[in-house]
Amino acid sequence: MYRLVAIAIFLAAVLSAGAWAYSDRPDYPEVTSGKKIVFPEDHGSHDAFRTEWWYLTGWLETESGDPLGFQITFFRTRPDIETNNPSKFAPNQIIFAHAALSDPKTGKLVHDERIGRAGFDIIEASSGDADVKLLDWQLTRTIEGVFDSKVAGKDFALDLQMKPSQPPMLNGDNGYSRKGPKASQASYYYSVPQLVVSGSVISGGRAMKVTGRAWLDREWSSDVLPENAVGWDWTGLNFDDGSALMAFQVRGADGQAVYAGGSFRDAEGKQTVFSPNDVRFRPQRIWKSPETGAAYPVEAEFIIRMGGQWKSYGLKPMFDAQELTGPFTPTYWEGAVTTSGGRGYLEMTGYAGKIAL
Amino acid sequence: MTSVRQMVQPSPIWRWLLLGQLRTFPFRYIFAVLSIAIGIALGFSVHLINASASDAFGDAVRNMSGSSDAQVAGATSLGFDEQLYGQVYNLSEVADVSPVIEMSAVLGESGARVKLLGIDPFRAATITPVLLGRQESSNDQSASRRGDQAALATNIAYLSDAAFASSNAKPGDLLTIRANGQTHDFQVAGDLPGIEAGQSVAVIDIAAAQWHFDRLGVLDRLDIKRSEKATQSSLTRAMQEMLPRDARLSGAENEIQKRTSLSRAYRVNLEMLALVALVTGGFLVYSAQSLSAQKRQQQFALLRILGLQKSSLQHQLLWEGLALGLAGSILGLILGYAFAYLILTIIGSDLGGGYFSGSTGPIDVTISALLVFLGFGIFTAIFGSFAPGRRAAALNPAQAIKTAVDHQEKGKQPIWLPGVALLVVAGGLALLPAVDGLPIFGYLAVAAVLAGAIWLTPWLARGLLTPLSRLSGRGIAFDLAVHHLLRSPSQAAAALGGIVASVGLMIAMVIMVSSFRTSVDNWLESILSADLYVSGGLVETSFDSKQQAEIAGLPDIADAEFSKTINISLDPKQPPVNLTVRPVESSQYDLPLIAVAEQRTAGIPVWISEPAARIYDLQIDQNISLPIGARGTPVYVAGIWSDYARQQGAIVMESEDYTVLTGISARSEIAISLQDPQDISAASERLKAQIRDIAGTEPQMSNAAGIRDIALGLFDRSFAITYGLEAVAIFIGMVGVGATFAAQVGTRVKEFGMLRHIGFGRREIIKMLAYEGLLLGIVGLAAGLLSGFAISQILVHVINPQSFNLTMKTAIPYMLLLGISATLLITSGLTAIFAGRRAAAADALRAVNEDW
Repeated sequence: MYRLVAIAIFLAAVLSAGAWAYSDRPDYPEVTSGKKIVFPEDHGSHDAFRTEWWYLTGWLETESGDPLGFQITFFRTRPDIETNNPSKFAPNQIIFAHAALSDPKTGKLVHDERIGRAGFDIIEASSGDADVKLLDWQLTRTIEGVFDSKVAGKDFALDLQMKPSQPPMLNGDNGYSRKGPKASQASYYYSVPQLVVSGSVISGGRAMKVTGRAWLDREWSSDVLPENAVGWDWTGLNFDDGSALMAFQVRGADGQAVYAGGSFRDAEGKQTVFSPNDVRFRPQRIWKSPETGAAYPVEAEFIIRMGGQWKSYGLKPMFDAQELTGPFTPTYWEGAVTTSGGRGYLEMTGYAGKIAL
Repeated sequence: MTSVRQMVQPSPIWRWLLLGQLRTFPFRYIFAVLSIAIGIALGFSVHLINASASDAFGDAVRNMSGSSDAQVAGATSLGFDEQLYGQVYNLSEVADVSPVIEMSAVLGESGARVKLLGIDPFRAATITPVLLGRQESSNDQSASRRGDQAALATNIAYLSDAAFASSNAKPGDLLTIRANGQTHDFQVAGDLPGIEAGQSVAVIDIAAAQWHFDRLGVLDRLDIKRSEKATQSSLTRAMQEMLPRDARLSGAENEIQKRTSLSRAYRVNLEMLALVALVTGGFLVYSAQSLSAQKRQQQFALLRILGLQKSSLQHQLLWEGLALGLAGSILGLILGYAFAYLILTIIGSDLGGGYFSGSTGPIDVTISALLVFLGFGIFTAIFGSFAPGRRAAALNPAQAIKTAVDHQEKGKQPIWLPGVALLVVAGGLALLPAVDGLPIFGYLAVAAVLAGAIWLTPWLARGLLTPLSRLSGRGIAFDLAVHHLLRSPSQAAAALGGIVASVGLMIAMVIMVSSFRTSVDNWLESILSADLYVSGGLVETSFDSKQQAEIAGLPDIADAEFSKTINISLDPKQPPVNLTVRPVESSQYDLPLIAVAEQRTAGIPVWISEPAARIYDLQIDQNISLPIGARGTPVYVAGIWSDYARQQGAIVMESEDYTVLTGISARSEIAISLQDPQDISAASERLKAQIRDIAGTEPQMSNAAGIRDIALGLFDRSFAITYGLEAVAIFIGMVGVGATFAAQVGTRVKEFGMLRHIGFGRREIIKMLAYEGLLLGIVGLAAGLLSGFAISQILVHVINPQSFNLTMKTAIPYMLLLGISATLLITSGLTAIFAGRRAAAADALRAVNEDW
């Protein structure tokens, strides 16, 4: 989803802070409808676009049956700086990643991040297929089609192999996903729900074998969020029967939706795409972060209209304290949630002040 | 036997004896104490100044290395291939790497010099966060929160407080930065809160540094963080295996060591001067104690008869020595601290030698340093009291109680063998090589020459005075003076020892400095043969090949030779040498060669300076590898030239060879021969403007005479401090010698009374004493000149080559030596007259009866 648009924009703003003196600027391609999403090419990087991400979230289970939540995000931005610098250190592409592990036993979320300018075979996002390398962190798609990711942070490490059990789900109009009222406020967006996870996790100094279900979000774009947006609420849910739901709303300063959307794909593979009027987000319980003071509706429901029928998906967090914040990470809440007959992730941004633009 | 308690705690009677002495004969003790104090003060202040400068430098280096576990640095200022960054990162021993471009740069019109660092803030954030800039007063809340961590904008610069101060720049200003012959404008975005006060640093983005300052494809430094699994030694091993020839493993400690080695020889020389002052102090203690023991013979004898042990008497004198040493040391430590404080706050830590430049930290006095210097002073004084103490203890009390035992050495032949042996030993020591770069044996040879000379002085006195005693008709006063000196050579030696030591060292220093200066002057003459010199200097101008051709074609110029100097590291433990790139074979200006290869060998020739040849032990025709390029560049030594300017060593390479090797044809210095050398001032004004038009920046232009004056000025300044300290030490020494003489005269009151009784007038006595003083002066001067010349040869041929790696020719400053000799003789005569007037004024009758 375009949750990370904010990070992209923040970085782009920082990167371009002093670049005014130059006329050689990046020429970002526009996101247009009608472009065909092609695999495996579109798993790889689209360097010309301003922002792009590989966003993995999911539920894990240890051998002893304890649940864990995880997220791994690799994020690429092409800053708005002069393009004629011949230096190999020119920050033409910035790769950023963060990863988090939610453990209900401790009631804590541990997370870490990496950032760097692409180059020297240390930090690269390859085109052609998913292959992102950021220092000691990586995400690659193997020849068997498995998404393989290794990240090791302070106090935790994830080494996960995520095998698709379903074809990718193209969001919006065959992958052209509107973000705001203007046609240009859009991204190319697909999800891979129901990824079958196996691998290992190190948490609290203990290495554990894990299995689970995960969700991959892939999105690339060049334009920004609507100006009056302060944040958004998003969810991606894997249901036990094999169906999957993605829903989001872009929120204005008054707490009202500026835009909304989503998709539902049933177990047979039949997909329904929602229009802005089909999606509503209703907070139910507020949790106030002791660290940042931000108040998040950690319990909430998405109310979706499908086939003329409104249906409520109540979301309950694995535990409340799943807020992230870091030097390069904007402050937001990204947590493992359960719903009736399924599990997934809820993301809420813009509750600790307007997300950086 | 004396009880331990008695040894440790002097009983009141001893204190009374000592204080009584002090009250009666304050001067010789005061000068002994002063001389020790001067020695301690000198040594201690040199130590403090160096420690303060070193600490400041070390702190700065460590500060900027952040938490890196290792560093890779370019072996030359050309840097190394940037691909090494990725290769080092991929080592399993390495957790993270931060690539750095490092240059010397000039800010704006101010000419302020800074260390310019190009960094990748993302990589620096984990290893050297001190290099991260802080954005100033950003309106954008998010940018100020995040931007402090990662402002990546490629045309902004962050300045340290010192750089702000020296450049007068303000945040938001557009600031022109010049480096590596290029200029570029950067917006000043904020400060560098992590950089320590006093460090002039500017930080820009690494990509901008590579692009705008012509460093594409290269890096100067990698700051490395070790992975948790690796050890420091496994990291070092892994790195050493993979580093190319033009990159070296470095580190904060290495940098500190390099810098320390540069100033070490200079510091050792100054500390040796301090030691000389201490030794003089020791002599003064010795003569003061000898005299006082002699004066107190009857007191001592009485105490012995009353049942005091021999050893207690000796301990008494040692205790007195300890008290003198303690007083001298404490005074010296206070003076030394004050001196260091003055130097550091007023003159700066340069000390005139150019080795301590840079900022300095606060003066840090360690307990261990205090104790060491205190110990030196006390040891010196106790050592000086040892022999007099033994003599006092050896006295026969029954005889001594009756009368002060006068000079019992009539007609005794001075023993010359140990003195000659000492001189032979000195000769042998002088032939030994340096120890760890320090001329330890050279200094020991100096000490041996001094000791030998002092030992032989009575012998020399006899040799010089015996012929005089046969001369008649010089007057009774003269005869008496000669005979007095001949009768008591060892008493004369007590006074002479101090004279010989200080005069000898002064003569040696004077000859050495004169030789050094003459050699430097001749060298400057030979090396500055062009009319005008243009340097990139402050503005970092650089001339590309097109500009070089344009400049060479200017009408005023008969010939222009372009050159460039970069730093190149041949040994990571040594400071880098200068690699100067210039025409050699085709040049109009010859190198001052002192050795040349017989014939040209195949390959690239280089000409190395004498210090470089000595430091790296290189010979003519030797093949060496210069760290240029990943595999290094094999060259051979085609010649060795003398160089007094670069103590760390210098290498000259043919301009064409360098261009082929590196592809760099830009040069930053020009040596110009004018069409009309007489027209130099007008021509230099014209050329300045023309070169500015061609190069775009104001060139720094100087003529040969100007450079020579500056160089000699620097030389004189660096020796001014040495001269000054030496003069103070010698002055104290001379005054001390005078006080000794006066005290000796004081013991002869009875003799003068006798002379008055047999009809001598006061004038004759004073005349006799003047002769004595003069004769002592002549003997001391002769011994001083001889030993001084010998020591100067050790300084010129052993100590200087070993500590500074350069040789020189002896040049004796005759006029100066004549002046010193005259001053010495006049002073000694006057001192004797002054002492004599006081002694002769005493009542003759009372004097003869002086007996108790």
